[in-house]
Amino acid sequence: MSDPRELYQQVIIEHNKKPRNYGDLEGCTHHAHGLNPLCGDDIELKVVVQDGIVRDLRFTGQGCAISKASSSLMTVQVKGRPVAEAQLMVEQFREMIRGTLDPATDPNILGKLSLFQSVKNLPSRVKCAVLPWATLHSALQGEETVSTE
Amino acid sequence: MTPAALTLPLDVARIRQDFPALCTPFHGKPLIYLDSAVSALTPRPVVERMIHYQSFEHTNVHRGVSTLSQEATDRFEEAREKVRAFINAPSAAQVIWTRGTTESINLVAQTFGRARVGAGDEILLSAMEHHSNIVPWQILAEEKGARIRVIPMSDEGELLLDGLEDLLTERTRILGVTHVSNVLGTINPVKEIIRRAHARNVPVLVDGAQGVPHLPVDVTDLDADFYAFSGHKMSGPTGIGVLYGRRELLEAMPPWQGGGSMILSVTWEKTSYCGLPSKFEAGTPAIAQAIGLGTAVDYLRNLGLERIAAYEHDLLAYATDRCRAIPGLRVIGQARAKASVLSFVLDDIHPHDVGSILDHEGIVVRAGHHCAQPVMTRLGIPATTRASFAYFNTRDDIDALVSGILKVQEIFK
Repeated sequence: MSDPRELYQQVIIEHNKKPRNYGDLEGCTHHAHGLNPLCGDDIELKVVVQDGIVRDLRFTGQGCAISKASSSLMTVQVKGRPVAEAQLMVEQFREMIRGTLDPATDPNILGKLSLFQSVKNLPSRVKCAVLPWATLHSALQGEETVSTE
Repeated sequence: MTPAALTLPLDVARIRQDFPALCTPFHGKPLIYLDSAVSALTPRPVVERMIHYQSFEHTNVHRGVSTLSQEATDRFEEAREKVRAFINAPSAAQVIWTRGTTESINLVAQTFGRARVGAGDEILLSAMEHHSNIVPWQILAEEKGARIRVIPMSDEGELLLDGLEDLLTERTRILGVTHVSNVLGTINPVKEIIRRAHARNVPVLVDGAQGVPHLPVDVTDLDADFYAFSGHKMSGPTGIGVLYGRRELLEAMPPWQGGGSMILSVTWEKTSYCGLPSKFEAGTPAIAQAIGLGTAVDYLRNLGLERIAAYEHDLLAYATDRCRAIPGLRVIGQARAKASVLSFVLDDIHPHDVGSILDHEGIVVRAGHHCAQPVMTRLGIPATTRASFAYFNTRDDIDALVSGILKVQEIFK
């Protein structure tokens, strides 16, 4: 296993402490509840989609630093993007965690999200990082609850 | 070992050699195993006994006339007798093999419970039960239209027993209580609880999963109606556990699973069942595991449960003192009587993050809700980090834990 400091970088610690886009969102068009029953990570994600664009999204809930920072960074990266791009990011994020996409060499739109690449070396924490993305995917698909189990 | 040897302190350095994992680097560091409450490590004699059985002595038990089958049966039944003596049950017939504590409790819920609990009846459980002593009763309550009532607990993690008689109503059909809380470490006064429940004619099931590894248990002295426990929490293998029951209750209970081994005769019209314990042991059992559990009993008795309890008590006191001295660490579970479990929360750092960083240091702890979500809800926390101790742990292990916790704080500062 790699040094956990690789994963627990300052950006992740900082987003955990001060998550962006945290809170309720009125008038959402899509929402989903993501659960990681093994750990108890639990997020509620609300999304406003207008004209095919993710205009706004916010999350609430509780979880570990990885799930919280992952949620926070996800909202920052996805906000303002077309739905199709958001869905592409879901796919690329998953591929990065699975190790089939290397953000340094493969074409991608992940940007800052490549911070989470080292989660793939901590198999027990993969679900924590992926939970917000699985929840976003469900919300955009119109499914209300998702579990990473 | 002679009784005199049992008064000497445990030779932990010697004991540790029985655990190859403790002598093998883990992430390039010595393994610090502080997770015996999830599953204890298995000492070499137990592993070797099972290998020997499976290699040389194995066939099915209670079947056929071959010498091999007879000998396998003898070994299997000797293990049952060892467990009987270990918990001081009146007879080996009252020691039922199961897959573990969970299956033992489900067995009681689905036979005794199903026959006894009706609409409007009550099942009384304590606030600090593991899911395995909650969910089987909820399934039964749902089926029967019964309701679950709960013995409350204090913020320190002690059951509040002043109102127990008010909860033991004429509708109470069974009381389920854990001997030792897997989250809080609380040792519950089960003997007193049983006495008071019996005064109201309420039978008691004790979840002993965390009791038997750490305390001398005498089911006859406790006067328990049912006592359930698992092999793997007491240095035995997984896949084997025990249900002890009072004879007249077990005899009156209908069988649970049907199949081979549990029948006297079968015709299309009518099947009659074996007596105890076979009535509850349909199908081929976990033979090597039962024999391995017998060896685990030998191993623990050689060390002496009193000595184990005293040694672990000292470790827990040391760990508690050292952890309490860490600013930002809060110990969860401050009962006066505790065994071998230290749960804590650390600043606002999630236990999974604590657990991952400790893991990198070679320190194995459990992080999460410990299959006791109602305890977490009661205490208003989502999860804890839990270090749990066994007779093979040392003060060095605890010093490593403390250093690991400081490292977590450093990363999160």
